[in-house]
Amino acid sequence: MVAGRTIVIACGTGGVGKTTTAAALALEGARLGRRACVVTIDPAKRLADSLGIESLTNTPKRIDGTWPGELWAMMLDTKGTFDDLVHRYAATREQAEAILGNRLYRNISSALSGTQEYMAMEKLYELHDSARFDLVVVDTPPTRNALDFLDAPRRLTNFLDNRVFRLLVMPTRAYLRAVSAATHTFLRTVSRVVGAEVVDDVITFFEAFEGMETGFRDRADAVRTLLTARSTAFVLVTSPRPDAVDEATFFAGKLGDAGIAVALLVVNRLHPRFGGTSASGPDGTVLGSLRRNLDDFRRVAADEEANFAELAAKLAPAPVSRVPFLADDVHDIDGLTMVADHLVARPGS
Amino acid sequence: MDPRAFCTSTRVLIVAGKGGVGKTTVSAVLARMAGLAGLAPLLVELEGRSGLTAMFGRDGALGYDEVVLSPADEPPGACAVRARTLTPDDALVEYLDDHGMRRISKRLTRTGLVDVVATAVPGIKDILVLGKVKQLERDRAADLIVVDAPAAGHAITFLQSARGLLDAVRVGPIRSQAQEVVDLLSDPARTQVILVTLPEETPVNEVVETAYALEDRVGIKLGPVVVNGLYPPVAGLDVDPDDAARDVGTTLAAGEGQALREAAAFRGRRLELQAAQVGRLADALPLPQLHLPFLFTNHIGPIELDQLTRALTDEIATLGEAVR
Repeated sequence: MVAGRTIVIACGTGGVGKTTTAAALALEGARLGRRACVVTIDPAKRLADSLGIESLTNTPKRIDGTWPGELWAMMLDTKGTFDDLVHRYAATREQAEAILGNRLYRNISSALSGTQEYMAMEKLYELHDSARFDLVVVDTPPTRNALDFLDAPRRLTNFLDNRVFRLLVMPTRAYLRAVSAATHTFLRTVSRVVGAEVVDDVITFFEAFEGMETGFRDRADAVRTLLTARSTAFVLVTSPRPDAVDEATFFAGKLGDAGIAVALLVVNRLHPRFGGTSASGPDGTVLGSLRRNLDDFRRVAADEEANFAELAAKLAPAPVSRVPFLADDVHDIDGLTMVADHLVARPGS
Repeated sequence: MDPRAFCTSTRVLIVAGKGGVGKTTVSAVLARMAGLAGLAPLLVELEGRSGLTAMFGRDGALGYDEVVLSPADEPPGACAVRARTLTPDDALVEYLDDHGMRRISKRLTRTGLVDVVATAVPGIKDILVLGKVKQLERDRAADLIVVDAPAAGHAITFLQSARGLLDAVRVGPIRSQAQEVVDLLSDPARTQVILVTLPEETPVNEVVETAYALEDRVGIKLGPVVVNGLYPPVAGLDVDPDDAARDVGTTLAAGEGQALREAAAFRGRRLELQAAQVGRLADALPLPQLHLPFLFTNHIGPIELDQLTRALTDEIATLGEAVR
């Protein structure tokens, strides 16, 4: 899969090892001789350190290693990416400055739900477009709402298109003025609750943004087209816990609705499967306790396997990669190499 | 400390931790423990999706209206465990209704203005939710309110939202709401946070960071840290299975010895790793720890819930009175 695609998107709920999986897939790309870049979102500190990306950057950094290809990594800077977009679509420098200085704008990158997802996709598009890489792997934010990710571009453009404010900033024609009067009353009520300066900020923002929404919408459409292209692969990452599997199943359904197939299911943090029998006893002896210990692991392994069996069947023919509980957290290239080996192993091996 | 004293040391327990550490399970355990101690608990879930109902052996999802997850007098003397969700959208509609603005609430949602306002005033959704928690607390809706908080990173912004809003909004009803939430969160007799983590490297790092951020930036009282998923120790892990069999006058089936040996080695290694992480947590964070065992299943139903509740009660019994 890593060999044949140009974009890989790792998705799933929080705490299932998505970032590590994304980094390991990019490493696998580099091992196959490709120029690979991983875009991470909020990686654990030691992993980030080992990749040399301890701070937010908007440009990838190269990681040296003995692989034939190239491995690059970056940690997404949501606000920086958004700032770049504003600069790109603003008609003048003044317009860009007016937007960047607005308080509502400054809140968008941290508070508007879906913005981080959109900027991850935007960065993905930009890196893909630059032709510097053969493979771009992107980690996605651990959103509870799986829809955010696919809907993010549309949500933001809807936000920018907000009718109430469009009407406020272009009260040129008579009928619009009439609508505007009702809108003003409505906004007065809103001001009463949150304060007038907030509403003023909002109006100033939409005024400053005037004329840029087309550029944003076109870009959002282009990003969406790229996401649904055949050269893009979605990797669904989960742990065997029922709640994580539920989220993954929900997400797979949403991808399916959007006409997107999952290319690979990764199940992280599996307990090992030991052979042997389920013999027990004698109670109160060392043998009894050793047998109970084996039985503990046989039980949990069977339990875990059963948890995701239905999801795996639903995603067929997508293969399943099983990654066991590792002795320690992955925080260096050796650890990532080990994960990559598990990821590419044939199912069941 | 007995569980009743623990559960009456504050009125709201906010349970926080990163995704996958068992935050929802611990919330359920705390509520069940309060119920068994003869106190009326209310579980509040904030994301509109959770496995809480299944843990109490019930079907379906929670909603805005309270439901009883565990009836009174099961076992005799226990109080009912009630639960409900509290999402920002619900809280907004209720807030507008309460403030005589029922008519605009629909329009706010329909026009997408809710998103605009929520972005213009970051944290407003969190304030509405916490404001509702405050209302439940003030109305004495329960002896103990257990809040299953959003996942770790967001828990800080969630609890910090009130202070942030006081800086951003200078007048109006939202400001007084924020002030009341700050009052609720900074009074240890009203609210405490229970952090949940796993005995693993990244979760330990994150819980330490979250703990300091909550103390410094929110000024909220932290209760004990729950360390979830500890393997119970097993005797004789270092004994060779063949020797153990000989000691009881039996022999092992083909392949059994190797499987027993591998499983014992795995458990031994993980027990060491877990002990090391528990020690690291103790060094980094001067808070009492409550340990919960891994049950070798991923399905928490009523039986497992009661098993964990007994374990937590035993752990609390070892706490001194000083943590109150």
